[in-house]
Amino acid sequence: MEPAHLVQELITVIRRRLAVAVPVLFATTIGMFLLGAASPMDPAMQYAGAAAFTATPENLAQIRANWGVDDPLPVQYFRWLSNLVQGDLGWSTSRHEPVAAVIGARAGWTLLLIGITLAVVLIGSLVLGTIAAYRRGGLFDRALRAAAYAVESMPVFWLALAAIAVFALALGWFPAGGLTDVTATSTSFTDVAHHLVLPVTVLAISQAPWFLLFVRDSVAESLRDDHVLAAWARGLRGRTVLFGHALRTALLPFLTLIGTHLPEIVGGSVLVETVFSLPGLGGVTVQAALGSDFPLLAAITLITTAVVLLANLATDLAYTAADPRVRIDG
Amino acid sequence: MLPRKRPAALLAAATLIAATLTACSDPDSSSGTGAAQNTLVVATSGEPDTLNPVLGYGADGSALMFDGLVARDAQNRLVPALAEQLPTVDGTTVTAKLRSGVTFHDGSPLTAEDVVFTYRSVLDPKVDSTIRSDLDMLDKVEASDPSTVKFTLKYAYAPFLQRLNLGIVPAKALQGQDVNKAGFNRKPIGTGPYKVASWTPGDRMVLTANDTYWGGKPANDSVVVAFVPDDNVRAQRARAGEFDAVELAPKLTGGFTGVAGFTVHKVPTADYRGVMLPMKDPVTGDPAIRRALNVAVDRTAMVAGVLGGAGEPAFGPVPPTSEFAEASIAGSGTADTAAAAKLLDEAGWTAGADGIRAKGAQRAELTLMYPAADSLRKELALAVTSDAKKAGIEIKPEGLTWDAITPRMKSDALIMGWGTPFDPDFVSYKLFGSQFAEQGFFNPGSYSSPVVDKALQDGRSQTDPAQRKAAYATFQKQLAADAPWVFLTYLQHTYVIRDNITGVSPRVEAHEHGVAGGIWWNLHTWSKN
Repeated sequence: MEPAHLVQELITVIRRRLAVAVPVLFATTIGMFLLGAASPMDPAMQYAGAAAFTATPENLAQIRANWGVDDPLPVQYFRWLSNLVQGDLGWSTSRHEPVAAVIGARAGWTLLLIGITLAVVLIGSLVLGTIAAYRRGGLFDRALRAAAYAVESMPVFWLALAAIAVFALALGWFPAGGLTDVTATSTSFTDVAHHLVLPVTVLAISQAPWFLLFVRDSVAESLRDDHVLAAWARGLRGRTVLFGHALRTALLPFLTLIGTHLPEIVGGSVLVETVFSLPGLGGVTVQAALGSDFPLLAAITLITTAVVLLANLATDLAYTAADPRVRIDG
Repeated sequence: MLPRKRPAALLAAATLIAATLTACSDPDSSSGTGAAQNTLVVATSGEPDTLNPVLGYGADGSALMFDGLVARDAQNRLVPALAEQLPTVDGTTVTAKLRSGVTFHDGSPLTAEDVVFTYRSVLDPKVDSTIRSDLDMLDKVEASDPSTVKFTLKYAYAPFLQRLNLGIVPAKALQGQDVNKAGFNRKPIGTGPYKVASWTPGDRMVLTANDTYWGGKPANDSVVVAFVPDDNVRAQRARAGEFDAVELAPKLTGGFTGVAGFTVHKVPTADYRGVMLPMKDPVTGDPAIRRALNVAVDRTAMVAGVLGGAGEPAFGPVPPTSEFAEASIAGSGTADTAAAAKLLDEAGWTAGADGIRAKGAQRAELTLMYPAADSLRKELALAVTSDAKKAGIEIKPEGLTWDAITPRMKSDALIMGWGTPFDPDFVSYKLFGSQFAEQGFFNPGSYSSPVVDKALQDGRSQTDPAQRKAAYATFQKQLAADAPWVFLTYLQHTYVIRDNITGVSPRVEAHEHGVAGGIWWNLHTWSKN
């Protein structure tokens, strides 16, 4: 295939995806505002906390008026939208600071957690899944699948609490929570790394079964494909056939799995962040939802949706670039 | 197969990982684990959303970075703080003379203008302050000279000095700004024993000692306040030895009892829970039913079972630790089903075939609402339900959100909680005053008693302590007779503190006990051996 052809193909994919992405993002934010409006929570009461019970109704009404949260929903939505266009994500009523500042302070840690976890899960499941497929029916294969099914049924917060009990309390190898040592005066790399070992491991283990079983099954299947059998017949080395032929065939649908599974990893990271008291987006999202904090909720939803759409786009691009049929056609 | 295809296939994963690694904030290269010897690490569940007293931070005083004109000592008695002595009250005029030589953290001197600015900001409708209602009585505040502040009240208000513990902010730092959105709210400047060194949202706040604090240099160099919302996680991290002091739910402190190196503190509070009985309901509106419920509930069992021992029976809204408490209203604590049955028999509520009493066509049944997310109130509701059943009253407990509860408070019973140790006027005036009937959460059950109304009014307008005490005695006795509520329990707040910490001095606590309140009130005098 000529490179020019491939580039054109990729541009088509991007254009098609963007045509879907923009309406999806709009629909998501509108849906978020509708859900928020349906929520019975009063943002001023949430903001006041216990003071809500001693504050006069006029006091709380004045705060709501200052925020404009009693305005009709379309008014609130278009105000939010026009601010967004000007690059202003708005004011978080639950955290009492600009939404951009809330997200800026926390998104990095969530992305770091998810990013490392994804890398660990991908590499781990590709290697282990392929080995299990090669020796399917063997002891390693059976043990791995049994473990995968067992982990699938364990809630991630349970895994996290168990990991703390064993590795933090009983063995004392890793800290039980937090981003850095609690008395640390700065955020050092080794300190953060040490604190991320348990959360990343827990999140990775909780997400691994789907990937692992998928790799194992699709490699096992592709080992029976004609071109793989042909490779065997040509007398190529076992490792070459396994990783060069069988795994490559299985990789394409695996990319799709990553794209579709990303929201679940994001969801799992919320729980892991809570249990390990990590200052990511998890806790603040829950707070925003409970406090009817439309601007913060809208921004987080928007960003999460955009990340998922981007991941899907990246998957599609990779798929297009790697699909053997594209190459054969070219 | 062409070799260049391999990297392409892994493109998605690789770019994503690269993006995330660069997106995270730059890790500082210097290792920061070398903590000062005298750094205290405390852990709480609640993280403040602002550090500005004007917006409600540290509303009960003891705000760590700020001082009010007055403060409270270990017995919750008022003592002068930024005021040189307790302000003088003359009818509706209150005059405070400022302590001289006090400076803010930025070095600027404290003046009467700062005090005036602070109070005017709270009163400003444009400011999103949730404590404005606390200053309903305040008409105006002026600086008579650079070190004298004059408050003018709309009406005589005896406990006004209690409201002068609001943290004072420097006018210069906030003037001309939108107080709601000022950077000050996250990086405040006060006169208090601590300065804010850093605040990592969702993680922790680091406070350093204010060496030039007017009240004397703090006994420790710095304090780290870790925010750990999850109860179990906080307990586990405490057990792993991360914290010097931690706030824990009573049941979780059990794991620390008898553990070497830790002491469990059970701190008495004015934080009560009770059943609000609406007057408009045909069943709960009957005095016989209300009095019967009052003797039928087993408060001792609730303290032992629901609170895990961390509490005491409650018989009224004034805590036994208060100087205004009326001793005669306290009962035995255990259930007296026979007395309840007698009260109901006399009032004509007779038992039916199913054991539930009825008066004519009216069955003795009621709905008891509780906020579904609050497990403590839920368990109390269930305990009341089973105790009431023994007396022949059928209760249907219903867990709801506050917004579902609010419109129904007029006609359905509700597990409510509140309480303050500082002055009986603060909560009770609105909770039991007839003019507040059906106003928000104030007096939702429309309780109305001329005797109580007068006593509450006397309690706030009379300045003589003996007369106030007499007024609140009348109030408590009348309340016990009318029983608009079934008071159940006072809670105890529980903390686990390491044995090598000295200076801990618990005092009776209010409902709220975050970073700014609770056992941490005198953190600046704590030190680590």
